[in-house]
Amino acid sequence: MLEIKHLKKSFGSLVAVDDVSFSLAGGQLVGLLGPNGAGKTTTVSMIAGLLTPDRGEVLVGGQRLSGDTDPAKRRIGLVPQDLALYDELTARDNLRFFGALYDLTGRALDSAIGAAMELVELSDRVKDRVKTFSGGMKRRLNLAAGLLHDPDILLLDEPTVGVDPQSRNAIFDNLETLKRRGKALLYTTHYMEEAERLADRIVVIDHGKVIANDTLAGLQSRVAEVGGVRANLETVFLTLTGRSLRD
Amino acid sequence: MPVRQIVAMVRKDLQLFFSDRRAVIMSFAVPIAIASFFGSIFSGPSRNAEPAKIPIIVVDQDGGTISKSIIDGLQHDKNFKVTTTDVDAARDMVRRGRTSAAIVIPKGFGDAAGLAFFSRREKPALDVVFDPSRSTEVAMVRGILTQHVMESVSKEMFGGSRGRQLVDDTLNGLDTTSMPEDRKKLLRDMLTSVQGFYRQEPTQANGDGSGGLTMPYTVREEPMTAGSNIAYNGYAHSFAGMGIQFLLFAMANLGIEVLLERQRGLWKRLRSAPVSRVTLLTGKTLSGAIVALMTLWVSFGFAMVVFGVRIQGSVLGFVGVSVACAVMAATFGLLVAALGNSPATARGITTFAILIMVMLGGAWVPTFIFPAWLQQATLVVPARWAVDGLDAMTWRGIGLSGAVGPVLALLGFAALFAAIAVARFKWEEA
Repeated sequence: MLEIKHLKKSFGSLVAVDDVSFSLAGGQLVGLLGPNGAGKTTTVSMIAGLLTPDRGEVLVGGQRLSGDTDPAKRRIGLVPQDLALYDELTARDNLRFFGALYDLTGRALDSAIGAAMELVELSDRVKDRVKTFSGGMKRRLNLAAGLLHDPDILLLDEPTVGVDPQSRNAIFDNLETLKRRGKALLYTTHYMEEAERLADRIVVIDHGKVIANDTLAGLQSRVAEVGGVRANLETVFLTLTGRSLRD
Repeated sequence: MPVRQIVAMVRKDLQLFFSDRRAVIMSFAVPIAIASFFGSIFSGPSRNAEPAKIPIIVVDQDGGTISKSIIDGLQHDKNFKVTTTDVDAARDMVRRGRTSAAIVIPKGFGDAAGLAFFSRREKPALDVVFDPSRSTEVAMVRGILTQHVMESVSKEMFGGSRGRQLVDDTLNGLDTTSMPEDRKKLLRDMLTSVQGFYRQEPTQANGDGSGGLTMPYTVREEPMTAGSNIAYNGYAHSFAGMGIQFLLFAMANLGIEVLLERQRGLWKRLRSAPVSRVTLLTGKTLSGAIVALMTLWVSFGFAMVVFGVRIQGSVLGFVGVSVACAVMAATFGLLVAALGNSPATARGITTFAILIMVMLGGAWVPTFIFPAWLQQATLVVPARWAVDGLDAMTWRGIGLSGAVGPVLALLGFAALFAAIAVARFKWEEA
């Protein structure tokens, strides 16, 4: 459903993403892991159309994504790392606005708002201003805003930052539901246990390059077992990316 | 043009605007309050009220007839509030800013002025000590003082007892002067005639205050407003000036909101949607222009209801100038969004830029007090065109033709701001 081919992006002399390629199928969740500054967010930004790649291409359903108004962008939903919501507006007004950007109106928009709010279990708060929401509720609403137009591909950039275990679990449940519905999910995170739980495949990126692209079991097999116990993902990750501190 | 998305952006921005009580107060109440204050200052006196008097001090070191006459004239002048004191106290009060000017009539001034009136004798000096921060008032003092001195000296010279004595003295001393003989003869004839005049009209000359030189003309003043029966309403100008000022502030805030949206990741969501850059900027400009127009019209609506401001010129022209102002201000907001690095720095720089712009535009004080070169230079300031255009359509009462120049200029500025904003807008979201 989503193919990333040889993406490259530089900022001045800094090469942020260098020849990154991977793919994502429907009903699959790919975890995009990497240390700080590895190029995860830059990669996601290029897929979402926020950044223009210096080289390479993004294919959605086999069609090259090009231009701001490419209709294929409707097939992509973005859940940014920031809580990209208007605090002063109600949840419904936020979603009405974001839906309108995707040309949703009238009953279709109301229905989409209802479905998204139901999925994230915020139906009873739809008329409340976002500034009255807890951090976890805002995170769930952030997810709902990305889902509103029913995209086939969902890009999730660290969607659980700063939330309590209850909200995190609720988000995981939402994502598993979406997987079952056949959505393709690209999930960036620093939490290894999240990737272990959710990801069908894991892409590890460092210094702008893909250094591993495998299933969890495949990655674990690259590291020797200790005392007959398989290495966890964190150990694998540290083995692949090293222990030196990053900016 | 994807109207649906633009309408959604405008509706969202208006919702945000009205949900922020501070922004609403800043946009509506504050300009009304400040414009009302400035209007009350610059409106001038009402028809029934006395004009504000300039406080001056007169020090009479002469104590003669002429000096007393000068002081009497100044005290009866409607423009002055005169007090008398000694020279040290007078200088101290001017230094402390408690009075605009002190006029010191030195000892012997009256006689010396009388003698100098008919001959080329040395002219006595009248000392004027003034507050340099009130130079406009001092210029007025100088002009009116000249009138009273001329009237007092000439009255005494043509009718007073001291004047008779001075005429006699001048005649007696005429032969000792270095004046050419033909001119001496002419002056002698004139002074002899004056003596004859004294002898013929002794009582009248001494008693009723007539005689002497007076101003050979009177001034008929006509304030040039929209019509002969329409008084100048200073509130019209102050609401134009303050309206533009706060309209620019509101739109700079709109630009800063874009920077905040960028900081909060909202711009990522907007950019990830299949919406063109033109649509995004058009939506922002349109919502800004609507807010700006509301700001201006609510202010003027208040001024019309409370202060009797009227559109004496063309209503269509007023609408045109208002819309052009709103579009210019909205594109100014876009410029702030495009050039600003962070909300904090953008806020500081735009506050400075707006204050300079509206000051040079004549929003605070009329531009005629600026030096000539600066008056010309302010033509490149959009606020100047905005204020001039609104003035033309309100109290000046100029027709639609008076709106054409300001509208074209303001739309030109809008095009320039928009072009720079589009060229410099940061579209890439890392």
